[in-house]
Amino acid sequence: MKIKINGREQEVSVTDLSIAGLLKIAKVESAEMVSVQLNGCFVDKADTDKTFVKDSDEVDFLYFMGGGV
Amino acid sequence: MKIKKHILDTIIAHAKKEAPLECCGYLAGSSGIITQVYALANVDKSNEHFSFDTKEQFAAMRDARAKGLEICSVYHSHPASPARPSQEDIKLAYDPDILYTIVSLAGEKEEVKVFRIKSRKAEPVDLEVVDNESI
Repeated sequence: MKIKINGREQEVSVTDLSIAGLLKIAKVESAEMVSVQLNGCFVDKADTDKTFVKDSDEVDFLYFMGGGV
Repeated sequence: MKIKKHILDTIIAHAKKEAPLECCGYLAGSSGIITQVYALANVDKSNEHFSFDTKEQFAAMRDARAKGLEICSVYHSHPASPARPSQEDIKLAYDPDILYTIVSLAGEKEEVKVFRIKSRKAEPVDLEVVDNESI
């Protein structure tokens, strides 16, 4: 299936691919520190392993951005 | 990292406007040159911490994408400390692919420095200011 990941279309051969699995494929480090949108809607962090992607879905993820003195 | 002069001026102005609180935002560009600034809210509203608003973060990413730009750097200010990553900056630098720009207002003259932070190690990155008309 074809999925857009952060705006780039990618062919993914894995079936029953969860958001958590997709983050692993995308080699996301510290997956607990990313926010994910599936087709423009936020995916709760607790639901990433039970939310599955399908053909033509658009998944975007961004790392937490913060810091301090 | 190359940055247009007016973008550099904009992030310094943002830091001064928000002082004594920290400011933050994204820098985007293409072909290695920063041409767009996204001044974002510091949801911590703190003089010692910053965090992005996640909704704003995604909106900035989508706007940059629509303009054919890439998010290259996250910037934040140090109102009263040097332009170098703090221990907390390093600890919270989860994105290995983005550059970290710091605007310091601690000295007589503002200072801007850029770092790459990977595996909890910060390395300085050259910052080149380019004329607005030169590109």
